[in-house]
Amino acid sequence: MSSRASWRETFAEEAIAPLVALGIALVVGDLLILAYGQAPGDVWRTLVEGTWGNAYGFGQVLYKATTLTCTGLAVALSLRAGLFNIGAEGQLAMGGLAAALVGLALPASTPLAIAAALATFAALVGGGAVGAVPGWLKSRFGAHEVIVTIMLNFIVLALLNWFVSARLHVPETLHTPSIRAGALPRIAEWFSAFHGSAANASLFLVAVAVAVVSWALFRTRAGYELRAVGLQPDAAEYAGVKVGRVWTRAMIVGGALAGLGGINFVLGYKGYYEDGFSGGAGFLGIAVALVGRNHPVGVVLAALFFATLSQGGLAINATVPKQMVEVLQGVVILAVAASVPEVRRILRQSVRGR
Amino acid sequence: MSTMPAVRITAVEKRFGAVRANQGAALEVMPGEIHALVGENGAGKSTLMKILSGMLRPDAGTIEVGGRDVTGWSTAQAIAAGVGMVHQHFMLVPTLTVAENVVLGREPVSVGTFDGARARLEVEELSAQSGLVVPADRLVADLSVGEAQRVEILKTLYRGARILLLDEPTAVLSPPEVAELWKVLRRLRDGGATIILITHKLDEVMAVTDRITVMRQGATVERMATRSTTPEGIAKAMVGRDIALGGGPRTETRAVGAPALIVRDLAVAGARVARAVDGISFELRAGEILGIAGVEGNGQTELLDAIAGLRRTSSGSIRIGDRDLLALDVRGRGLAGLSHIPEDRHKRGLILDYSIADNLILGQQHAFTRNGVLDRAAIDAHAADRIAAFDIRPTDATLPARALSGGNQQKIVIAREMARDFSVLLAAQPTRGVDVGAIEFIHAQLRAARDAGKAVLLVSAELREVLELSDRVAVMYGGRIVTIRERHACSEEILGPFMTGAAREAA
Amino acid sequence: MRKLLALLGVLLAIHVAFLFVRPAGAALPATADAVDVGIVFDLGGRGDKSFNDGAYLGAERAMRELGARVRFVEPGEGSDREAGLRLLAAEGMDLVIGVGFIFTDDLSQLALEYPNVAFAGVDFAVGVDSTGAVIQPPKNLAALKFREEQGSFLVGALAALVGGSKKVGFVGGMDSPLIHKFEAGYRAGAMHVCPDCEVIAQYAGVTPEAFRNPGRGKELALSQFQSGVNVIYHASGSTGLGVFEAARTLKKLGIGVDADQYNEAPGYVLSSMVKGVDAAVFDAIKRVKEQRFVGGIYQFGLAENGVGYVYDARNKALIPDSVRTRLEALRAEIIAGRITVPSTR
Repeated sequence: MSSRASWRETFAEEAIAPLVALGIALVVGDLLILAYGQAPGDVWRTLVEGTWGNAYGFGQVLYKATTLTCTGLAVALSLRAGLFNIGAEGQLAMGGLAAALVGLALPASTPLAIAAALATFAALVGGGAVGAVPGWLKSRFGAHEVIVTIMLNFIVLALLNWFVSARLHVPETLHTPSIRAGALPRIAEWFSAFHGSAANASLFLVAVAVAVVSWALFRTRAGYELRAVGLQPDAAEYAGVKVGRVWTRAMIVGGALAGLGGINFVLGYKGYYEDGFSGGAGFLGIAVALVGRNHPVGVVLAALFFATLSQGGLAINATVPKQMVEVLQGVVILAVAASVPEVRRILRQSVRGR
Repeated sequence: MSTMPAVRITAVEKRFGAVRANQGAALEVMPGEIHALVGENGAGKSTLMKILSGMLRPDAGTIEVGGRDVTGWSTAQAIAAGVGMVHQHFMLVPTLTVAENVVLGREPVSVGTFDGARARLEVEELSAQSGLVVPADRLVADLSVGEAQRVEILKTLYRGARILLLDEPTAVLSPPEVAELWKVLRRLRDGGATIILITHKLDEVMAVTDRITVMRQGATVERMATRSTTPEGIAKAMVGRDIALGGGPRTETRAVGAPALIVRDLAVAGARVARAVDGISFELRAGEILGIAGVEGNGQTELLDAIAGLRRTSSGSIRIGDRDLLALDVRGRGLAGLSHIPEDRHKRGLILDYSIADNLILGQQHAFTRNGVLDRAAIDAHAADRIAAFDIRPTDATLPARALSGGNQQKIVIAREMARDFSVLLAAQPTRGVDVGAIEFIHAQLRAARDAGKAVLLVSAELREVLELSDRVAVMYGGRIVTIRERHACSEEILGPFMTGAAREAA
Repeated sequence: MRKLLALLGVLLAIHVAFLFVRPAGAALPATADAVDVGIVFDLGGRGDKSFNDGAYLGAERAMRELGARVRFVEPGEGSDREAGLRLLAAEGMDLVIGVGFIFTDDLSQLALEYPNVAFAGVDFAVGVDSTGAVIQPPKNLAALKFREEQGSFLVGALAALVGGSKKVGFVGGMDSPLIHKFEAGYRAGAMHVCPDCEVIAQYAGVTPEAFRNPGRGKELALSQFQSGVNVIYHASGSTGLGVFEAARTLKKLGIGVDADQYNEAPGYVLSSMVKGVDAAVFDAIKRVKEQRFVGGIYQFGLAENGVGYVYDARNKALIPDSVRTRLEALRAEIIAGRITVPSTR
């Protein structure tokens, strides 16, 4: 193993920037809390107690982190290939709808394993299809993926919106009927302390996805070539890699990962597709990928961090406005983004007008 | 001599973070001499010159100009005192005329407006005085590289420079232009100017300079008079050990084999021109090195990219033996027996953030994969083998390529390309930015490949290198091969006119 | 690297120092014998100048007049709706209110889980079973519904009486049963006072986006105005801003919805059909305080002052006294049950 000798060093190097960002966020948070006339010690304690301090809060953190991990992976994987995927929001929503459609179409008597597998597969396909569009446009016509994915978000979300409200919704709601098959069990069914929290079995599916992406990225030839394309497309081309094909594939797989996030809400939590369920998790995925340094493990840690902020923000909402948590998110994202090499490189490239 | 030195630099130190660019750097230049400052890449020459011209402040040490202590002065002060730097990368405004560029920053003014006529007059006068012939009215955009450089020198003179610093001035020039430059420099010297020439080309040092200062690892290690030394002596001082500099042109004829690479009527579009390669045909035979000489930008890059499969061709054919390369992708060409040392290792040849081990399989990743999974054990074994065989330093295969010196980076590329099962080797600028010691090693590798019966296509902007290694030499100009001849029928004097387009013959 | 570590150390030191700072008066509200109320707004709801803000006003009044302690939660994303309700319920609030029909499912479920907590849902969507019978909410859950059709009836009559062109206009947001209720009431009101009048009703779209499309609203309103309509009533969220914009441009009149929208185009807003969300919320809190809270469906119509139209100093000049008298008579007839307002098309 070539990288094991210095993993400790590598980790320290990779982690220091996010940690400094966290430090800045903590101090900014202190100041905001004080400005609001509250005691930082109390507010932070409430935040921690409301998240990691009890099983319910922790379950909520896990639930939120599950979706964020998927969208974070989607962005991270494309960034590894040198593409900036802003489209995770649409990919996530499409994945969710695809899972719901399968769950609605299957007879209620379908065994859980089969129904869940089919619905999960549908989520992957749904998200992947949305990701394929910018990937293909990029490799075929050189269309800039940032612009295409941004525009595609609008298109996909509007289409889903229309589809659900015009064809499929339960009257006076924004959601589809409940799925008949494929609903995943909640964690609370095994550990009653988690009662009420939305954490569910899709957690394990996503954990598997993280492991697979990790392995594929660093242990397979496809991963070797993908990273090469992201670092130096000219060198990858020299090495016989079909750069356009890698771009398309990275966007498809990225889209599929974002789509996978849809099962967390649809199969695991509510049991139906609800318009707007993605709720910005796709966009937050960009932050998750940046803070997680585009490493699958980093993505998981960053997802847990942002999930904690989100759930914790709810817990302290009674004493400080939720905008404080949003400011903290912003501070962390800004501080980290400024230090991520990928972002700097992409900025440089767009300045050069490639 | 009792004359006061024009420039005296003593015990200069300069650090950039952990890097020590100068430590114990010293320089003494007498008025009215051409002084060579030589050293390998990274020896600290440029840093020292930046300190002298006021762009950097030294951490320690003193700078004296004309006996006055000027340590830590500014560029403005340096220019005022007559010290001017001629940059390696031209800093000219392409949309202004030559005269306007020369006077830029010190424009002659009459009644509050720019006096174009006077500017032109002054520039022509200076041009006549110095022997730097330039067309004062032409736009800089329309000039050749050699002319642009003359404008750059004129600009420095116009600002009153009496001490000229020239940083690698010949890197972009063809042989006749180089000869012209030497003429100008000698004339300036004879007129009383002091010239400091930064270079790592030893023939230039021998041709034009009076005295030499050698730097190594940031320190000044030797001073010598040009008359009393040899290229080998300078090289030894630069590297710190004995160096064999090319054995001169080979005379023995050797048996060459069948055509290995056959290029017919090849045309390739470039980034800006429709036909960067404009109908080229040649045959490269097994067991020979065919050197392609020429000033850079005459289609060499496009030619090699087209052969390697990195650029689409417009027409013509490329074959290895009887296999049509145009039908194959990059990987297919590699399998068909093509090996390629690309001209830009930072852009194409290496993935700088990948480890040495990972870089050593770049382009051959399929051979180190089982069922799509990288075979780490094989990759590590391969790395250990290559690092030992090619003396790549440092030897830790997990280090990123970025951390290595230019010479060692190039060794990674060459070690990797030599590991292929190949019959044709494309070697583009194989020793660019590489130190003298590594050049020697790389040249030996290319000769060894030739001797093993491989066909080697060498492209180099260094005419000396082409002449030293090749069995046959072709010159490219304007996208065509303007001459192709046996090595014994070549010399710098013969090839020069072809490189500038002054001569051509049916190839 | 070393610099960053030092920076990290400094930041942490500052942070730790801050942890010991305690400004005067900073304390988490503790539960005492006063009534404790938790309100969860919808995503981005606070500041909507409509029913989220209405709920806030009602709560504020309850704090003032009833001494209630109210905690507000603003969810950051969809799954926070349930989490917010649950958090409040688990903290032992006496009453937990969800603002918006989107809370319907979550409220129904939590009411079963926390039988000792009172719940209320503003605009709660009452379901019907397969036979068409209304499904009663759990005993500890109050569905706060509004008879928007009654208020719409009155502004429909107003539009027909003031417009004077035999044509009145309606712009709806998303083409859905919820908005059809507004249209039905409006149409009935206009026809009641002017049987040969024509009601032109158009919708901005079939997706929720139709509630956020002022451009489309202006387009629809302009074409209606040009076809001879003089007054348009909108039930279309911010799409209605376009309706007011068109009214201002052509010097015609618009009628606002949910809250008093006079300020959107002063002088061109004839009136607004207002929903008394504040009154409904205040009422629910009051019932809990007085320990007479019971679950069930609460309809707020004209009789309960749950809906109405704006008539005040600012728009008085636009409404002739005779019209005002006529409207008040209609209101009395509806309250007395002599007029039944339809709630579907």
